[in-house]
Amino acid sequence: MTVTIGVVQFPGSNCERDVIEAVSGLGATGRLLWHGDSSLGDVDAVVVAGGFAHGDYLRPGAIARFSPVMETVADFARDGGPIVGVCNGFQVLTEAGLLPGALRKNDGLRFLCTTVELRVESTRSVLTSSAEEGAVLRVPINHFEGAFTCDSDTLARLESNDQIVLRYVDNPNGSVADIAGVSNEAGNVVGLMPHPERATSELLGSVDGIPLLRSLVDRAGAVARK
Amino acid sequence: MSPMRFDVLVEVRPRQGVADPQGQTIERALPALGYVGVAGVRVGKAIRFEVTSDSEDAARAEVEDMCTRFLTNPVIEDSTVSLTPAR
Repeated sequence: MTVTIGVVQFPGSNCERDVIEAVSGLGATGRLLWHGDSSLGDVDAVVVAGGFAHGDYLRPGAIARFSPVMETVADFARDGGPIVGVCNGFQVLTEAGLLPGALRKNDGLRFLCTTVELRVESTRSVLTSSAEEGAVLRVPINHFEGAFTCDSDTLARLESNDQIVLRYVDNPNGSVADIAGVSNEAGNVVGLMPHPERATSELLGSVDGIPLLRSLVDRAGAVARK
Repeated sequence: MSPMRFDVLVEVRPRQGVADPQGQTIERALPALGYVGVAGVRVGKAIRFEVTSDSEDAARAEVEDMCTRFLTNPVIEDSTVSLTPAR
């Protein structure tokens, strides 16, 4: 049975087709989920893709969190469904309260478009379960408001609960504790600023996004078999 | 009770302790222009609108609710609400 990954598309999303292409290469089927739909259908996992949902007016993700699809995404999260938010998708998931912390403007007010090195800090999450702890992955970033921030209590909780999924080897944006990606407490919801879907072919300069997306597809498959 | 109209100003600013790259950049630029005594620059945003409600308390409660749910992200932003009866 093929695993189906639902990819949320808001007005202003721009990475949804890249995600579908990337997961297709791993044997899964990608399916677009329109933001106005209030059903996810029979998907086994959800990716909230990058872009500028609803133009990012007010704040990135501030309007997107009220899109009808987000209520079902929240239900899916509560039921343990695997969910990954990439870049703008990460911002949407923090605004929706499905992930801790927030994303603020990069230090130096620089829009960053480059490839960075990420260290896998935890293999407990749906995005890293098939990756190797301590592995260093080269994955592109492309953001202006990508510095993860949270208060010191939250940071201590993230550390002790093993919710820090990925760290930058060389912090590009001023992110608290070099955090590039975090999960919720259960590990089934993950957000990250880097774009694993853009690191799935040597032609794109890196294949290091594959272990991450492979983890998600594997987890989706495990959910599907249940 | 007849409905009352209020002019509302919501001032949004980064919470204390949250880095503010815009404020930092402005603060660094000011000495170059000869303004040497400036410190603590923070950049936020001002949101203005009108609200019609039965009382000032009800209007304030509604605006505070908007701030929490939508106008600010309480993880990184604070807000102050000013209400004045519309003329």
